[in-house]
Amino acid sequence: MAARPERRRKVALAGNPNVGKSTLFNALTGLRQHTGNWPGKTVGIAQGRVRRGREEFLFTDLPGTYTLDGESEDERIAGEYICSGEADCVVAVCDASCLERSLILALQVLERCDRAVVCVNLMDEARSQGVRVDLKGLERALGAPVVPTSASRDQGLEALLSAIGRVCDGAPQAPRRWEDPVRAAEDLGRACVAREKPPEGWRLTLDRVLVSRRHGIPILLALLFLIVWLTVWGANYPSALLERLFDGIYGLLAALMAPAPWWLRGVLLDGLYATSARVISVMLPPMAIFFPLFTILEDVGYLPRMAFLLDGAMARCGGCGKQALTLCMGLGCNAVGVTGCRIIDSPRERLAAILTNAMVPCNGRFPTLILLGSLFFPRMGAAVLVAGAVVLGVLGAMGASGVLTRTVLKNRESTFVMELPPFRRPRIGQILVRSLLDRTLFVAGRALTVAAPAGVVLWILANTPLLGLAAAFLDPLGKFLGMDGAILLAFCAALPANELTVPVLLMILTGGGSLQSVAGLGGEALLAAGWTWQVAVRVMVFTLFHWPCTTTLQTIYKETGSIGKTAAAFALPTAVGMILCLALRLVLG
Amino acid sequence: METSLDRLRPGSRAVVIEVNTPPALTRRLRDFGLVPGTAVRCRYRSPWGKVTALSFRGAVLALRTTDLKKIRVTC
Repeated sequence: MAARPERRRKVALAGNPNVGKSTLFNALTGLRQHTGNWPGKTVGIAQGRVRRGREEFLFTDLPGTYTLDGESEDERIAGEYICSGEADCVVAVCDASCLERSLILALQVLERCDRAVVCVNLMDEARSQGVRVDLKGLERALGAPVVPTSASRDQGLEALLSAIGRVCDGAPQAPRRWEDPVRAAEDLGRACVAREKPPEGWRLTLDRVLVSRRHGIPILLALLFLIVWLTVWGANYPSALLERLFDGIYGLLAALMAPAPWWLRGVLLDGLYATSARVISVMLPPMAIFFPLFTILEDVGYLPRMAFLLDGAMARCGGCGKQALTLCMGLGCNAVGVTGCRIIDSPRERLAAILTNAMVPCNGRFPTLILLGSLFFPRMGAAVLVAGAVVLGVLGAMGASGVLTRTVLKNRESTFVMELPPFRRPRIGQILVRSLLDRTLFVAGRALTVAAPAGVVLWILANTPLLGLAAAFLDPLGKFLGMDGAILLAFCAALPANELTVPVLLMILTGGGSLQSVAGLGGEALLAAGWTWQVAVRVMVFTLFHWPCTTTLQTIYKETGSIGKTAAAFALPTAVGMILCLALRLVLG
Repeated sequence: METSLDRLRPGSRAVVIEVNTPPALTRRLRDFGLVPGTAVRCRYRSPWGKVTALSFRGAVLALRTTDLKKIRVTC
């Protein structure tokens, strides 16, 4: 390949949340980057390259922001980057269907940059809403090229790139100054935007029903129940299939490794392989169902409405409606829920939300709840049991954050300001790819990196007297809490992934040397071990309230940057679980 | 008629006269474009009336109804 001299240009994309900035970035660079239909999604700074002839553009997707002088983390990152002059050209991305509002930020960008392009995105959506934009007039008024695009349909991208190229090559644009960006945007909106039909339509009707007093909350609960039910019910079959597949591979590997010494076979096959296989087959299917479903809600724009509906309830425990969203994300995976807490504005509320997120059961804990529940309370269905556990977990998380925000994390003034973007049709293909790649595989990969070595340790423990010793050591504490040492040990061993709790417990109870040996076992082993329904209830409660898994702890450390706060996130749910179990022992006996 | 924004019925319109919210919130509202002179329309309230959705400048913004008490409007 002939190495040609290339001109490299640094281009920054700036704009309000929800103007399709990340969609534009993805369409331009082809880099898969998660975009969602709710404010405050892009975090940190994503970059991607585009080649066009002899030019190379390095695009930086700045966090969505409403101002360049803001105080929140996202706003600061965006403002500082634009004012630093780091970029050769800044593209101010606007929403054609809501041009007046997006121009407030665009004008601030134009004031500060002498090489800028205004991209009027979502032209398709504006057209369908009957909004016409006078692009030529806008261009004259702004003194910068204005390019119309519909990023989700790949329209206008070529024109945008050539406009960026021309601006980079040309002379700096004349300095611009507006007395008051808000007023100037209003005037521009009046001059350049024409509405050909009233904005009413299916969107407003849908909105009226979904957030109405009578239907709002029932619809919300029904949707969540449906998602949980589909996850629980739908995961059974693929989980069993994966398990059978992994069993088959186990047989092949065992034959291959027959000449190896028994301990090597044990460590690699029964330890590393069996544990990893177990984690994948139990973890992957529910996440591969939950995340696409949840991403559909995100993509159509239902999540901000959910925050809107639940803010009243969350305000009572010192939080805001956005925390309700992070709790729901926690149902899929607490690590994802913790990351989602970035959308919460107040630092103290955000910390309270991070510390309590793990009290909502992620779907890795569903199997434990279902097994125990259906064994001891056979008349209730699996989905009802899980739903009950979820309600209990949510109440626990809300109660705990209520206590936190009234004591150590006392909040001066809690506010809730959230844009409700228009409903959009979900893009199913993109949803599948994004939710599977960005969330499911990412989380599963992270869990595997811990579960695989933990499997080795577990095997060594199980095949020496150490496991029995550890269980005996934990027994007094376990008994005190109304459980026993084996149960506590299983919870400890499931630190890499909650999916391991039941298999490890069965392994300890049956004295099996590996997870593979208990693959076919179910609840009979628990009944044989003399469990009563009271013990089962306490184990279910402790399943809800105990330390978060390593993936979640890692994420909490990354988000807070503090060992102390990570330790608090470990201790808080554990303390709640221990107190509840102790209380249950005293009450139920 | 002068009143505060929290008294506005869903569906009705008004023009903002004065924003007396705490400074941090006032700044945020300004970033969204909610300043004196802005024409707003009350869209809907949440089930217990704690949150109100307003539309202005082509966008919809959800705010706590208690904060709206401090925004004076004329309608």
